[in-house]
Amino acid sequence: MRSPNLLRHAWAVASKDLLVEFRSRTAILSVAVFVVLVLVVFQFGHDPTAVSNVDLAPSILWVTFTFAAILALNRAFQLELENQALEGLLLAPIERSSIYLGKLIANLVFVATIELIGVPLLALFFNVPVLPYLAPLIAVIALATVGFVAVGTLFSAMTVRTRFAELLLPVLLLPFMIPPLSWAVLATGRLLAGRPLSEIAGWLNMLAVYDIVFVTLALLLFPATVNE
Amino acid sequence: MLLAEGLRHSFGAVRALDDVSFSVQPGQTLAVFGPNGAGKTTLLKVLAGLIQPQRGRAQVDGGRRAIGWIGHQPQLYGQLTIWENLRFWASVYDVPESEFPVRKDSLLVRLGLQDHEHRRVSELSRGLVQRAAIARALIHDPRVLLLDEPFTGLDRMAAAELRELLSEDAAEGRASVLVTHNVDEGAELATHIAFMRVGRFVHFAPRAGRGPEQVGEDYRNAIA
Amino acid sequence: MRMVRVGRWITAIGLVLLAGVYVRALSYTPVEQSQGLAQKIFYLHVPAAIWAETAMILVGLSSVFYLFTKDPRLDRFAAASAEVGTVFCAIVLTTGPIWGKPIWGTWWTWDARLTFTLFLFLLYIGYLLLRSAVPDPAMRARYAAVLGICGMCEVPFIHFSVYMFPTLHPMPIVLKPSAPSLPGSMLLTWLLSLGVFTLLYVGFVVQRYAVSYLHEQLEGVGEVGHA
Repeated sequence: MRSPNLLRHAWAVASKDLLVEFRSRTAILSVAVFVVLVLVVFQFGHDPTAVSNVDLAPSILWVTFTFAAILALNRAFQLELENQALEGLLLAPIERSSIYLGKLIANLVFVATIELIGVPLLALFFNVPVLPYLAPLIAVIALATVGFVAVGTLFSAMTVRTRFAELLLPVLLLPFMIPPLSWAVLATGRLLAGRPLSEIAGWLNMLAVYDIVFVTLALLLFPATVNE
Repeated sequence: MLLAEGLRHSFGAVRALDDVSFSVQPGQTLAVFGPNGAGKTTLLKVLAGLIQPQRGRAQVDGGRRAIGWIGHQPQLYGQLTIWENLRFWASVYDVPESEFPVRKDSLLVRLGLQDHEHRRVSELSRGLVQRAAIARALIHDPRVLLLDEPFTGLDRMAAAELRELLSEDAAEGRASVLVTHNVDEGAELATHIAFMRVGRFVHFAPRAGRGPEQVGEDYRNAIA
Repeated sequence: MRMVRVGRWITAIGLVLLAGVYVRALSYTPVEQSQGLAQKIFYLHVPAAIWAETAMILVGLSSVFYLFTKDPRLDRFAAASAEVGTVFCAIVLTTGPIWGKPIWGTWWTWDARLTFTLFLFLLYIGYLLLRSAVPDPAMRARYAAVLGICGMCEVPFIHFSVYMFPTLHPMPIVLKPSAPSLPGSMLLTWLLSLGVFTLLYVGFVVQRYAVSYLHEQLEGVGEVGHA
């Protein structure tokens, strides 16, 4: 069966990426600082009588998460290019998909780390009740993140070899981020406002469908981005 | 061991490979000399399976698993140590857990890297990086070696060390294809010589004891 | 060259017919009750929107076939369809506010349909940007194909959202599961306009395809560089 090897190789690629990131730590730190910065700025900037915290929270949350995602995505294949190791990966007897899968996993771990920091901080600074809705909130965040990171990982494989790579990636990604992002922001808003779960079920379904479609598509299309 | 039949490949209007056929047996080293743009790197990439030729086929016994590539790019991650790099590349080539320490140690000793095993690659000198790159290429014990301008940027001593290593490998039964535009460096190692120009082999024969100067002269005659 | 001429003829006929449709729309078709004269833009806006989305789907389909066959003609078609789709998208985005201002009182609203037409436009722009950022033709075709396929798959998600958001935008009255709820005369005008836009799409694409074929030939001989 090819599957066990696929996952094993993907995990090797992912852990290598995470190890490299852990060594330098610059990216994760700059994003963490950004998260705190955004939270503080919004806290001072808004008038609590005009706009309630609960209304503002989803947007703040997702702004920081998408920034983290874009940063991670820009670096994912940049790493291979810097070390000129992509050719080595292509020479190796591994499925192309495992390279994609490995990068995807590493990116998701990166963004998830930021999300793990962001949500508690938000709850703390903005006094927004998060614990009662923790499970559905995690579901929404996880599904939406997988959606745009999956597409982003695919695109970053292409943009990394163009000029203005860091500029092109967000431009290409924007129309693909908006559907999952908008569903996620709406669902997050409804959740934090204490609305019943049935209201967000539709959005959860859409997010799940989006994820399945685009992860599959990315797995199928990735080889076309690296094979000559 | 390694077989090429009727390889043809063009990039747009540029013909990189024009009906190239040859074979390399275990223990043999084919040195392909040619000017830049002759199609040498394309040939190696086709042999390695990185490019699907438009016509013809290339076959290496054992597939990608049996191929080691040494080029002028080290393909090492600067932020990781030599050990971590070897560990990664070994796992990607499915080197069994049990065998990794033994192979790694013998390679490190052979290349004089034992003291640097746990240093980050970005901190190493140029010469050490080159050697680490060779270790990376050999960690999975490839039966076939493909070398793309491997002497680029090496000083005389490093180049001599590399040559010595390659001839030891050939003695162990590895087949190699070495591609370079510098005749002096590759001639000694070769059992077979080919000259390549505009995608074609204009000469392909055993070296038959001819020294580097003679090979160089043959080359200039053939290519001029 | 012949292809360019054929394309020009088709486009010219299309434009003449478009003028004809408009004469009909303005003079011979009844004025809609609640929206008044502004509603007449509907005959331009909706067919353009249909073709803007269809063009993207065609980009996607030809991209799929390109990845299997590597036939450069499919890549050329995809590029042409994308450019034409961009133009039609721009038409929708300009006629939308012109239609909307008298009726909604505002030039722009983050209404679902308008917003997602905006994002369709961004998809197109991204596609064209990617194409211009890759100098090597084979790589360009491959990358564009990947993006084109993703774009095509994105369109249904963009569509779905129309039915999920409360909106100022008029709900579909022609393209919906039950029969079109448009009076006969208006329906005819709309169908005529759709036909004209189809003709325009074909004409523009044929011209663009022919021009890029010529461009490639010149590139091949070194007369022209990649932009």
